[in-house]
Amino acid sequence: MHEQHIASAFDRDLEAIQAQIMKMGGLVEAAIMDAARSLETRDEELANQIRVGDQVIDDLEEMINQEAARVIALRAPTAVDLRLILSVMKISGNLERIGDYAKNIAKRTGVLVNMTPVNDSASALRRMAREVEVMLKDALDSYIQRDPDLARDVIERDHEVDQMYTSLFLEFLTFMMEDPRNITACMHLHFIAKNLERMGDHVTAIAEQVVYLVTGEIPDESRPKADSLNQTF
Amino acid sequence: MDDLRLVERDVDANNVKISAQKVQVYYGSNHAIKDVDVDIEDKTVTAFIGPSGCGKSTFLRCLNRMNDTIDVCRVEGTINLDGEDIYDERVDPVQLRAKVGMVFQKPNPFPKSIYDNVAYGPRIHGLASNKADLDVIVEKSLRRGAIWDEVKDRLDAPGTGLSGGQQQRLCIARAVATEPEVLLMDEPCSALDPIATAQVEELIDELRQRYSVVIVTHSMQQAARVSQKTAFFHLGNLVEFGETGQIFTNPEDPRTESYITGRIG
Repeated sequence: MHEQHIASAFDRDLEAIQAQIMKMGGLVEAAIMDAARSLETRDEELANQIRVGDQVIDDLEEMINQEAARVIALRAPTAVDLRLILSVMKISGNLERIGDYAKNIAKRTGVLVNMTPVNDSASALRRMAREVEVMLKDALDSYIQRDPDLARDVIERDHEVDQMYTSLFLEFLTFMMEDPRNITACMHLHFIAKNLERMGDHVTAIAEQVVYLVTGEIPDESRPKADSLNQTF
Repeated sequence: MDDLRLVERDVDANNVKISAQKVQVYYGSNHAIKDVDVDIEDKTVTAFIGPSGCGKSTFLRCLNRMNDTIDVCRVEGTINLDGEDIYDERVDPVQLRAKVGMVFQKPNPFPKSIYDNVAYGPRIHGLASNKADLDVIVEKSLRRGAIWDEVKDRLDAPGTGLSGGQQQRLCIARAVATEPEVLLMDEPCSALDPIATAQVEELIDELRQRYSVVIVTHSMQQAARVSQKTAFFHLGNLVEFGETGQIFTNPEDPRTESYITGRIG
């Protein structure tokens, strides 16, 4: 298939939307890392910046959805063009949600800085955030390079994030049982871990959209679900 | 997931109405249709799309032997209608065309009254034994053509005095008056405005309840709107034939993809 449309303005529209997605992706990646760093370094100022910066991410999502609606109305996209428009709408939604989770981590950091740190949990959470951030980077790379193999690799890696969450969950549970004074902090830390785990799910959804965009097929949910948590209840 | 498919998009029947195998068409030395195999289903709208000169109209015209009227045109292969070869020497092309009706790009009403336009076919095929029967056929046909309400008070007025969209619906009424089983449409809306186009498309969807409809169109959006099956022709080959939703979301052949997405192909 040829790369270029006969109507070059159509190509420019599609490129513009994808550039917005990449810009949004870059901001979200930074928000994840900043959130983890602000937690680890107990940097309240940085945490505030994340909360303010989330508005830019929300505005970008809005803009992408409007542009996508325009392209549908004016260009009646079909086949790969249609899949591209459908995928940018979903991906922008996923990125916006990840941004919200980062903002929520920043909010909890604002509370946690006034409490005694619980063990070295902040660095464990930072490693988890790092994993999610790399997954997101690879998912966005696979999108730009139209690389379904890299996207499938990202989908596989979400399993590791799920495992990290499970072990943090058990750790926090132990701390709370050991000393009830840890409960408030551990509740917040647990929600942060859960936020990161949910981010991983949204990154997986983005990677699935890449596979759909390139192949026209949504990948099967064959990934083994981490259900070790179920055994703890 | 199949159970959740939109009902309107469902193909009602899987009965093959027209089966074409290894069809070749030559205009003199020009090989216009190359080895086309296609099964056209009953009670289904099948759209033929493709760039100009790809052979889609030529192939459409094979289905009711309209190409017989062109001296240099030669058709090979088999085309069966309900299992019977339409190119068999015992088949009368005039009878065939009563069963396989056709609507053309430009509305072409006869220079006669609206009534006579519709009554013409039933008269020559002897479908009505008296005037009252004929009246019934004319009304029924005009109703199926979705134009009855607009012309019922002026059936004696000339058909050529109607608007373009009305004329086209009159031609469709004329085509269905002989109770065809298949309706071939060669760009039926290209001379019509968007409102008249929408009316004809609505009509096509209604006609699908009784007939197998095959439509040639240059408007990809029209093919997407009205058809359940789409065939993409390119340089005399049938490149891809499949469910319309699949063709427009995830075509298999890169040539189909290039064409429908408006890339240079």
